[in-house]
Amino acid sequence: MAVITARPIVAGDAEGVALVSDDAISFWGGYDFKTGTIIDVHHSLNGVSAAGRILAVPFSKGSSTTTAVLLEAVRAGTAPAAILTTGVDSFFALASIVAGMMYGTAFPVLALEPADFGHLSTGMRLTITADGRIRESHGDPR
Amino acid sequence: MVRLSARDQEMLDGVHGGGPQFAMSILVRMADLYGASELMDISQAHIDSTIYLGDATLEFAERLAGLGARVAVPTSLNVSGVDECGWKEWSVSPEWAAKAARQMLAYERMGAAPTWTCAPYQTRMRPFFGQQIAWGESNAIAFANSVIGARTERYPDLLDICCAITGRVPAVGLHLVEHRAGQMLLRLIDIPAALQRDDQFFAVLGHLVGKLAGDRIPVIDGIVVSPAEDHLKAMSAAVASSGRVALFHIVGVTPEAPTLDAAFHGRTPEQTIDIRIADLREARRELTTADGRELDMVILGSPHFSLAEFSVLAPLVAGRAKHSRVKFLITSGRFMKEQAEQSGVLAPILAFGAQITLDTCILASPMLPPEIRLLMTNSAKYAYYAPSLLNTRVTFGSLADCVESAVEGCVVRDESLWQ
Repeated sequence: MAVITARPIVAGDAEGVALVSDDAISFWGGYDFKTGTIIDVHHSLNGVSAAGRILAVPFSKGSSTTTAVLLEAVRAGTAPAAILTTGVDSFFALASIVAGMMYGTAFPVLALEPADFGHLSTGMRLTITADGRIRESHGDPR
Repeated sequence: MVRLSARDQEMLDGVHGGGPQFAMSILVRMADLYGASELMDISQAHIDSTIYLGDATLEFAERLAGLGARVAVPTSLNVSGVDECGWKEWSVSPEWAAKAARQMLAYERMGAAPTWTCAPYQTRMRPFFGQQIAWGESNAIAFANSVIGARTERYPDLLDICCAITGRVPAVGLHLVEHRAGQMLLRLIDIPAALQRDDQFFAVLGHLVGKLAGDRIPVIDGIVVSPAEDHLKAMSAAVASSGRVALFHIVGVTPEAPTLDAAFHGRTPEQTIDIRIADLREARRELTTADGRELDMVILGSPHFSLAEFSVLAPLVAGRAKHSRVKFLITSGRFMKEQAEQSGVLAPILAFGAQITLDTCILASPMLPPEIRLLMTNSAKYAYYAPSLLNTRVTFGSLADCVESAVEGCVVRDESLWQ
């Protein structure tokens, strides 16, 4: 994969294995913050753990409580390492901003062009830098 | 960067205290990422951040209350994590109840009205057409925008209260008339009026529309009936569960869609999709995740049951009794239950064997005992979320189906209109 330049909505560094879906997600009713597992029976990633992964979904949907679930996940250490979306998703960004203010642990949230989003696939090891660049990592996985 | 008024800047600088400063600092960052050039006034707010999930939501609420934050505009509160009076009858742990009650107290200390309902538009806090508001709770956002014509963005938990404390929102999105135009056209093709009058119809339509709309504003054409407010409520909850819809238009029904042209502000739809009866049948099938006829509980009231809904239910259950094997639970708000009591419609419902849970719901409070695995409901929202959140399976049906099933002790559905 060529280097992708995305718009950093909440800038930061992260590294992790990508978890990619074309399904939008509601974290309320969709994410168990006690374990970091996706629990939405309607979602293609149902049953998969997103804790510490780089989660790529087009956008958030459903409940307003998505932000609060994500904040709980940050506090519990079960949040994704970063979230990538197509377009600006204010819900994920807000959770990261408040996590930064409350716990000093904001996570990167990046907006990708749809074509770039299409180049991502589950299992890729990605490195994200604060300038919004997304690279496939080489060398030793952590 | 967003341009701040002198008063916004004072809040950001802490001149008005720590609460407004904390709230404004979040709001300014959000305004920048929304691309807002300025903030604007709101005159009402509805707070979804009330839902207790764990220590983070409680710490956030108590941090704001501890900073002396007060809401600057009339503010209603969404469901909490506990029915303060009734939790002991259920499987709620004392620790959960205590912490959820602390979170409730924090928002009350900020000066918000203790409405504790996900249907604030059916209380005295109902907004009016064109009113600028900051609302959380996905069903309430969709209802306020679509059915009333009030103007709110899709506010998430943690941001709604910041808007209430500052009385300000980023001047973007659905607050601005030019962003309220329909984007996609959904045409109902040969959907008979009899089906449109069925009380499951708008919930099923909402479930389908939410899935089709993605992040666009849908316009539905082809409704030939005058839906009851509670049917539009059911639709609002459904579109915002299966999708992210914050505003929909129904031609000839909702206030910003007197005509197709008006709904699109004279523009051409980006996409047109035809909805046929087979699509609606499939959407209805999706809402049922149970197989077989076994049943543990009928659950009504997401969004919270209204006086009108209590009034429709009362004659269906009057003089009858539910089967002893099946629970029958209605979730509602304290204000609505009082009205149902006073108007006399609650008594036959309680005599039937129904239980009422107030101020919360089965999704927001861990109240169901583990042996309850098979639910039946007329709510698309309950049907959508309960399988994921509660590890239950659900049968979706009409209100009358729910009553008949509770009496029989197993699932009974009248399929005549849907076959």
